[in-house]
Amino acid sequence: MEEISLHILDVAENALGAGARRIGIRLEIDEKNDRLRLELTDDGRGMTPEVLRQAADPFFTTRTTRRIGLGLPLLKQAAEQSGGSFSLESSPGRGTAVKAEFGLSHWDRPPLGDMASTLLTLIVGRPEVDFVYRQVTGAGEFELDSGEIKQVLEGVSLSDPEVVLFLEKNVREATAGLAGV
Amino acid sequence: MAKLKLDDLKKIKDRVRQENALREGGAKAKVTVHMGTCGIASGARVVMEALMDEVSLTDRRDILVTTSGCIGLCSQEPIVTVELFDQEPIRYSFVDKNKMRQIFRRHVLEGEVQEEFVLARGTEHQD
Repeated sequence: MEEISLHILDVAENALGAGARRIGIRLEIDEKNDRLRLELTDDGRGMTPEVLRQAADPFFTTRTTRRIGLGLPLLKQAAEQSGGSFSLESSPGRGTAVKAEFGLSHWDRPPLGDMASTLLTLIVGRPEVDFVYRQVTGAGEFELDSGEIKQVLEGVSLSDPEVVLFLEKNVREATAGLAGV
Repeated sequence: MAKLKLDDLKKIKDRVRQENALREGGAKAKVTVHMGTCGIASGARVVMEALMDEVSLTDRRDILVTTSGCIGLCSQEPIVTVELFDQEPIRYSFVDKNKMRQIFRRHVLEGEVQEEFVLARGTEHQD
């Protein structure tokens, strides 16, 4: 997993697997305190205390297709190796919150990568779910709510060629300031 | 706080709804990119990007693009499943952006299964 934006996609996919219908993604670039903060929240089925305790263990998974689960352990490792931290809050029926903090200028921090691609993959690929993305940088704040987009579309598919083009152009513009992070 | 400007999207919606009123509804093709940790680490997002780009180059409004989780065949990722109306699903393995473009143009648009990339035929299962 070479980019933080790929970790974001992966954690969001975990939330989708947990039946989430609304997923919040908050990304903050805090240059003053030299921190990159990431928070993903979902309204999925949540985890029991026992599952929560083992969720960052690579040799633990709730799936039955195979017996390892690398998503969260890889994110935890990436955050901690850059002088940051990782935490997980969850309870059954109340969803999950994943928080990761990275040292912004740390040599071992993975690049943020293509955030626009991650957002487009989620919004277009999972039209049944609402994604609320909030980006906080020194240049200001930006929020994208895919629920609002779907409201405007009134049933028109997010896979429609013109809609895909619209999203591609606008999401790339909105995240252009993240280039090089 | 800055937000997306949705006025242009409203115009797109009006135009698409007008056009759709003239034709039979329902998706004729569904393309699924599998997005487990294994798929993502193997390049599934780049495959999805190529797929969205191909869709945006067409005028086909009856193709559904979607993602799903790991299907337990991690060593074969990235995996893409193509389902055409009334036909069995075809699952492709080790897909990259170029293979995705070929699969889209030849299989999704022309109906010609790309045998050299096929992993399996049959119904979708995931965990």
